[in-house]
Amino acid sequence: MNRHSYNDDRTHYLPSGLPVPAPYADGLAREFWEAARCHELVVQRCIRCLTWQWGPEHICHHCRSFALTYEPVAPRGVIYSWERSWYPVHPTLKDAVPYLTVLVELPQAGGARMVGNLLGDRLQVVTIGAEVEAVFEDHDHANPPFTLVQWRVVADVEADS
Amino acid sequence: MVDRTLRGKTAIIGVGETRYYKRGDAPDPEFKMALEAILLACEDAGIDAREVDGFVSYSNDRNDPPRIAAALGLPDLRCSTMVWGGGGGGGSGAVANAAAAVATGLADTVVVFRGLAQGQFRRYGQGARTQTASGAGAFTAPYGLMSPAQSFAMRVRRFIWEHHIGQEALRAIALTSYAHAQRNPRAVMYGRPLTSEGYDDSRWIVEPFHLYDCCLENDGAAAVIVTSAERAKDMKQKPAYVLAAVQGSAYRQAATAHNAPDYATSNFKTLAPRLYAMAGIEPQDVDVLQCYENFTGGVMMSIVEHGFCRPQEVNEFFTPANFFFDGGRLPLNTSGGNLAECYMHGLELVIEAVRQIRGTSSCQVPDVKISMVVSGPMVQPVSSSIYCAEPNP
Ligand SMILES: [Zn+2]
Repeated sequence: MNRHSYNDDRTHYLPSGLPVPAPYADGLAREFWEAARCHELVVQRCIRCLTWQWGPEHICHHCRSFALTYEPVAPRGVIYSWERSWYPVHPTLKDAVPYLTVLVELPQAGGARMVGNLLGDRLQVVTIGAEVEAVFEDHDHANPPFTLVQWRVVADVEADS
Repeated sequence: MVDRTLRGKTAIIGVGETRYYKRGDAPDPEFKMALEAILLACEDAGIDAREVDGFVSYSNDRNDPPRIAAALGLPDLRCSTMVWGGGGGGGSGAVANAAAAVATGLADTVVVFRGLAQGQFRRYGQGARTQTASGAGAFTAPYGLMSPAQSFAMRVRRFIWEHHIGQEALRAIALTSYAHAQRNPRAVMYGRPLTSEGYDDSRWIVEPFHLYDCCLENDGAAAVIVTSAERAKDMKQKPAYVLAAVQGSAYRQAATAHNAPDYATSNFKTLAPRLYAMAGIEPQDVDVLQCYENFTGGVMMSIVEHGFCRPQEVNEFFTPANFFFDGGRLPLNTSGGNLAECYMHGLELVIEAVRQIRGTSSCQVPDVKISMVVSGPMVQPVSSSIYCAEPNP
């Protein structure tokens, strides 16, 4: 288990009430959300040509093989882009603004990118290129339970320990 | 096969718009407004509505052509076509489909229309109120990334970082639209000028977008009528010949969870060369540009990707003076556009481009020969179109 994990409604980055993540209706992406429950970060990969692919699809965009798997990757990346939201796009967010959303590039997964929240000070200066580490945020009391993959600047992690 | 081009083969001969309302304020249902805009376009063109034999729309318009044809009592519906995906990015693509239908003889008189009543239906600017986010939405919505502004701010932030763009570049686009809207009585923001201080002091929606970087949300409907160039010569209005109209989407731009390989883009890189090749012109030949503003950052990248300036020239080029209709180097969004006239999903931009050819804009650029429209940056597909006072300039 990752040493930075939250499982307390008070410590979820955003309040509960936002849509619960679910796989596609046809099952696509189920392995990703199951792995997140186990605090493991996985990215889709082609078994034939080894191309990384994200978001998931039913076919490899490079060699058109249908033989795909979800491969574990180190929960580390760099900030590729970011935004600070001030307008509450959902009633649940009324008292949660501003908040930070980052796009994280995973160099060890062929540059695949993941969206998550950047934990910590909501007014912090965000630096594109900064190293971040995944934090698995459990929502055990949701129906159904799920786990989000959040991010934290590595320098902050080291300062805390 | 010879001559596989739309260049100069068709023209827009009529335009129609309902009154434009603040979101939720329209007194009429969306379908009724769509009919009204279509009839106004017929009247403007000087044709009987029964001559219409085709309809094209985009962004999954809810008003379907068979119902419209039945409502209007049309004798023969020969073309019923939707641009798939892309929201406002389908605007010029819809003109392309109408022109293609006319040029190939599928139909003779094709209406391109869009009806929008966000009061009657869900708003664009807010997230869906669903219990679960399945599929691609699962990778964004639970993290509070739910609105178009948030989807596009992420791309724009990356472009701004890569090219060291200042906030003033985005501000210039907003100030231009508001300045032009002050001369346009149809504009929702007519009589509500915007100053640099007003922009700077406005609240953030999502950084780097202030309130004034975001399009309006409105109710109304708009329509234009496309027919053959031969027929257009003898009609009531001066024709706006369709010199080029193309759509497209570059490599894996629709990859989900923000994974388009080329990310900091408005998605016009593959389209713009095809657009200019079909038209047989260069960017410097364009007299006036209507460039879809979902958000100012998209306008910025669109102008760059259509070759009007290089990324490293944005800070210098993007000034209100350069975009002003009177003496600007690139007169931009001369009706006030999506930011200040009305968010009619960019079809109002096509209508303004036609007005510039006719010489009837409230911000008329002198002697317009080439009038261009860019539809829907940062979506998939996007589209662009070029109109001309002559079928073969
Ligand atoms: Zn492959």
